[in-house]
Amino acid sequence: MSDIFKPRDDKDLEAIIQAALSRDTVLEVIGAGTKRTIGRPVQAGATLDISGLSGVTLYEPNELVLTARAGTPLAVIEEAIAATGQQLAFEPIDYAAVLGTPRGAATLGGVLACNLSGPRRLCAGAARDHFLGFSAVSGRGETFKSGGRVVKNVTGYDLCKLMAGSWGTLAVMTDVTIKVLPRPETEETVLALGLAPADAVKAMTAIMGSRCEASGAAHLPAHVALRTTAGKHHAPVTAIRIDGVAPSVAHRVREAREILGVFAPDGATLSGTASTEFWTAVRHVLPFAATGKAERPLWRISVPPSAAAKVADDICGALGGEAMWDWAGGLIWIECLPVENAGAGIVRRAIREAGGHATLIRAPAALRATVDVFQDDAAPVAALSRRIKQGFDPKGVLNPGRMWAGV
Amino acid sequence: MTVTMPEPDAAVLGRRARIVAALRRIVPGEGVIAAEREMKSYETDGLTAYRQLPMVVVLPDTVAQVAQVLRYCHDEGIRVVPRGAGTSLSGGALPLADGVLLSMAKFKRIKEIDFDNRVAVVEPGVTNLAISQAVAQDGFYYAPDPSSQIACTIGGNVAENSGGVHCLKYGMTTNNLLGCEIVLITGEVLRLGGRHLDSGGYDLLGIVTGSEGLLGVVTEVTVRLLKKPETARAMLIGFPASEDAGACVAAIIGAGIIPAGMEMMDRPAIHAAEEFVHAGYPLDVEALLIVEFDGPAAEVDYLIERVRSLAGDCKAATVAVSRDEQERNLFWAGRKAAFPAVGRISPDYYCMDGTIPRAKLSLVLKRMREMSETYGLRCANVFHAGDGNLHPLILYDANTPGELERAEAFGSDILKLCVEVGGVLTGEHGVGVEKRDLMPVMFNAADLDHQQRLKCAFDDKGLLNPGKVFPTLHRCAELGRMHVSNGQLPFPDIPRF
Repeated sequence: MSDIFKPRDDKDLEAIIQAALSRDTVLEVIGAGTKRTIGRPVQAGATLDISGLSGVTLYEPNELVLTARAGTPLAVIEEAIAATGQQLAFEPIDYAAVLGTPRGAATLGGVLACNLSGPRRLCAGAARDHFLGFSAVSGRGETFKSGGRVVKNVTGYDLCKLMAGSWGTLAVMTDVTIKVLPRPETEETVLALGLAPADAVKAMTAIMGSRCEASGAAHLPAHVALRTTAGKHHAPVTAIRIDGVAPSVAHRVREAREILGVFAPDGATLSGTASTEFWTAVRHVLPFAATGKAERPLWRISVPPSAAAKVADDICGALGGEAMWDWAGGLIWIECLPVENAGAGIVRRAIREAGGHATLIRAPAALRATVDVFQDDAAPVAALSRRIKQGFDPKGVLNPGRMWAGV
Repeated sequence: MTVTMPEPDAAVLGRRARIVAALRRIVPGEGVIAAEREMKSYETDGLTAYRQLPMVVVLPDTVAQVAQVLRYCHDEGIRVVPRGAGTSLSGGALPLADGVLLSMAKFKRIKEIDFDNRVAVVEPGVTNLAISQAVAQDGFYYAPDPSSQIACTIGGNVAENSGGVHCLKYGMTTNNLLGCEIVLITGEVLRLGGRHLDSGGYDLLGIVTGSEGLLGVVTEVTVRLLKKPETARAMLIGFPASEDAGACVAAIIGAGIIPAGMEMMDRPAIHAAEEFVHAGYPLDVEALLIVEFDGPAAEVDYLIERVRSLAGDCKAATVAVSRDEQERNLFWAGRKAAFPAVGRISPDYYCMDGTIPRAKLSLVLKRMREMSETYGLRCANVFHAGDGNLHPLILYDANTPGELERAEAFGSDILKLCVEVGGVLTGEHGVGVEKRDLMPVMFNAADLDHQQRLKCAFDDKGLLNPGKVFPTLHRCAELGRMHVSNGQLPFPDIPRF
């Protein structure tokens, strides 16, 4: 079994990476390790576990900022800010359910490194939009920092964006600063029942083009919706979340009902915990939980909303399986049947025309070693990504090959 | 001023006639300007204290021409400075004596408006305001609204990651982009993002945004459109002391309220603005807050009442709420005209742009008053209070010997103070040439080296906009070198399992 290194402080971390460089040892970087099975398998000589770098170091609710050690569990962060009525507006997904890993264990550093976000991404932005600053050790074994602890900053390149979505392939973060925001005082979810996917996307488009200011817009086919608090309707569910201060919510819920009424005669409302639990299910993709079907590949696909119905239809038609839509159609989750190559060719062909990207979130290791898990970029973009990797981790000691071969 | 630009390359200057001729073959007609008289209007941008004539100005018409110009410059080792409308307040578009000034002014087309996906696809020379105007009839708009939005272009906004008074609620440029097309110095054309959300790989769109023209030339931008709120109302709240105004801002945010905009002005700024536009500002207060809400009328009315009550708790002396659109615009007119208003009471002014943690506001204002006395220069403050972005305006007279230098020294002391209290050198104007030499106040050598390694991935010859952002330019070969111990460092004595 290979070694697991667990740094106690930043100095340890720097020393480990320097030693790995001098000994040509490849490191697999993990926080809590909850997302280890996403990406191409890394042929690592040792594991670098940063869960020991943990704790909130600065939290200024009135400044809307929080700084924590990168290995701090997300659950700890969310609890700390909930106490002052705040939240992470990007609603990061916890992959625990779909991957069968421990719930609530994921670290803040991991969430940012993978740029995770959930339903509210539609209006509030992704993790990358709330990521203000960090300190990290690069694959060169050098500590560096970027950004700051204020919400508005354009000093130098925005390396937070580079870290967000780099899956630990460029640097290992030690400290991160994020923007936190007030949690809405109240929320209600308006449902349209019985819509086919194409009409559901049209309905969600109408909502997004209105003044409803929806903070969530999702569509779940009947058998997917069954696994949520909207299941009792035994119908496809198009859900619109309206939140904010009470007088505003009341006004916008009326407007949302009117708009949805044009598309579907039948509607319903989810309030209180029924609403929050529904969006928890959408956020963490609970209908596609791994329990009992871990062998089914799960794809996460981002496309322009106008292409959402067709893309899902093309893929599900060819591969079999189920889809659910978030981000007003722009995010499609597809759990397909265990087919050859997880249907990668069909998935990538389906999104080629519309533009977008697909990531194979759940698949057996053998498959992930042979199929592109991440989107294959156009040649000049892929070459640029390789040059960036070369700049930050020239010897390829940090998660090499996890995103693409050679990166 | 005192900034040193990279030494002009005598060999390039010696080949000027041949270079101009080659560029004319790529961009025929009037697209290449080489006469000194005609190049004069390109010698500076919004930071007018810095001036430099470029070697030649090129105004391409097509992406293919941009790519050919850049490839030619790359092959010939010629520096290139990209330019939008030239409204940068940090000297981002300051030309180089041996450089091609690449103006994107001819890229003025709105290519597509796609309401289904809520995006507009535009060329980089389209002005910020023109995007909102093009979709206004359908009730949409583009949210970031820098003060220069009538003139500044979206390509420049991408380069600078521009903000505006509403970015507390709606974000900066980077939060409102879905895609762009850029051309690298090698002439390679890259499409980043699209009409979908987020990147499937490295977030190159996020990196390019705010890169101040050092990584690539933007040739197309896809922006996110938002539905225009039903209504907007503004409050004017006067305070007897700036501490009270600061406490009120904290109280509002602490109460879970994020206004669409929250601006603060100090006494000198209030007086200058009021004399200029007669917005009805109270003159017997030390600080004035403009707090704006937008959304459904029910929400706006409700939040205004909550803020009115919070303001009372914070010793507000006066509270006024706009009754109609005309009055709301009047409230803003003073703030929006603050820079020219200060321009009327002083021959020259120098606008700073630091961000601080808001809790440090009183301390920073106090220290700035002390500096003002030390330097013998007046200072007026306008402040994006919600996000802590300060715009101190230092008043000076360039015709009085030594005043410009004193103003610059005062300005750099303010920015150092911002960093000292936990803030940053620039909130929205960019580093450019202006704050370039202050970068080491915020970043150490390793920080700057890692930033420059990113630059090397895009432009390994360092030809695109050199002399901006980084105080010291390193060769990419030198930055790429690895200093790995040959002695096979042992893994340290760290817990292993």
